[in-house]
Amino acid sequence: MTVQTPRRYKASDFKSDINPIWCPGCGDYHVLLSVTRALAEMGTPPEDIAVISGIGCSSRFPAYTNCYGFHGVHGRSLALATGLKVARPDLTVLVMSGDGDGFSIGGNHFLHACRRNVDMTYIVMDNRVYGMTKGQPSPTTEPDWDSALSPGGTGLSPFHPLVIALASGANFVARTFSGDIRNATRIIVEAVQHPGFSFVEILSPCVTFRPDEREWKNMVHPAAVEPTDDPARAARRIMTDDGFNVGVLYKGRRKPFAGQVAAEAGDAAVFDEEFAL
Amino acid sequence: MSGGDIATVGELLAHAHAMELEAQERYEFLARQMETHNNRELARLFQTLARVEGKHAREIEERMKGMDVPEIGPLDFRWEGAESPEALDLGDMDYLMSPRRALLLALAAEQRAHAFFAGLLERTADEGIRRFAAEFAEEEREHVDRVHRELRKYPEEDDRRHEDMDPAGEG
Repeated sequence: MTVQTPRRYKASDFKSDINPIWCPGCGDYHVLLSVTRALAEMGTPPEDIAVISGIGCSSRFPAYTNCYGFHGVHGRSLALATGLKVARPDLTVLVMSGDGDGFSIGGNHFLHACRRNVDMTYIVMDNRVYGMTKGQPSPTTEPDWDSALSPGGTGLSPFHPLVIALASGANFVARTFSGDIRNATRIIVEAVQHPGFSFVEILSPCVTFRPDEREWKNMVHPAAVEPTDDPARAARRIMTDDGFNVGVLYKGRRKPFAGQVAAEAGDAAVFDEEFAL
Repeated sequence: MSGGDIATVGELLAHAHAMELEAQERYEFLARQMETHNNRELARLFQTLARVEGKHAREIEERMKGMDVPEIGPLDFRWEGAESPEALDLGDMDYLMSPRRALLLALAAEQRAHAFFAGLLERTADEGIRRFAAEFAEEEREHVDRVHRELRKYPEEDDRRHEDMDPAGEG
């Protein structure tokens, strides 16, 4: 008989009792499955994990997990998460966002979170539309996406989050597709375990306002090359791919920012002294 | 469907149990989803399907008693696809889905489950695994027949997606 160490957690241990209210068919349901399976795979207790979000469909995420959570202010999830991680480095911090919350309202925080390289994982469910507010174009929307709210399309070049993340100093960059739950689960595990700021873009269809995105499942394909630790090389690859290349694209070696004296001391008195007027 | 690397009866039971349990959880999840979106007919149908899968999960649990059944992590199951073969894909849903369309998806899921066990039966020489695989394949074939019978209750014209009164892009 094989003796096994019992697994500590099942994916269901990380799900809350709150019923998600995303539209049926939404890719975010898949992401919820992937994240809870990844957490079960890693075996970190739910009470040692914090799930932070901003505003938008994707940002409902903390309510649907059984971890500590904070459904914060629009675009400010990374600022909040950075403070939390620096103050409580023992926690595993996941930040859940969408393309509007993360790249428009929270765009500036994105740059500086990459630059700071605090050890946390930023998962952006990119559906290229503002779904919660009924279908306005987002920073990643294609310039020719024609809709009632953007007749003829915006004509604007889309934001390229993976390249921006690389240029800004993120230490781990990956893209995956919500419907490929196994691959997404693997990538989330790898992202959380990689030191520093990990950025994972998950292509997550909005079936209500972008029904065309149901086709993404036929468009995604695995990255043909192994991840590199050279950001320039990774950026060249990403700039020339078709946007549906999935896999780990960059794994850097930068040392994560871990705070200074106060965080190391873990002593409230040190904070008080630091901020005394 | 894969399953070719299953080497013991215990591993087979672990897969069969996980498959039924995941199907049950998925149907329950979809029932709640449809309740939220006020598609009550479909919610009831998913609840019924969840009960059927739950019953099968309990039956397999009985078979597992006294057996050496390993715990398998979410990434270590031998499914060929991203999920267990019998679970409906959450991405196939829409809130105006008809019962007939839901049953067609359930039918495809049962067929995938049957293919999983039938494929294993073809590939393995282990007598113990063959006995269980044959039994589970037969059960899944019965499920396929049952869904076919249910489908006869719904007219074929319900296959289409219903018209969305709040359509995308018309905000």
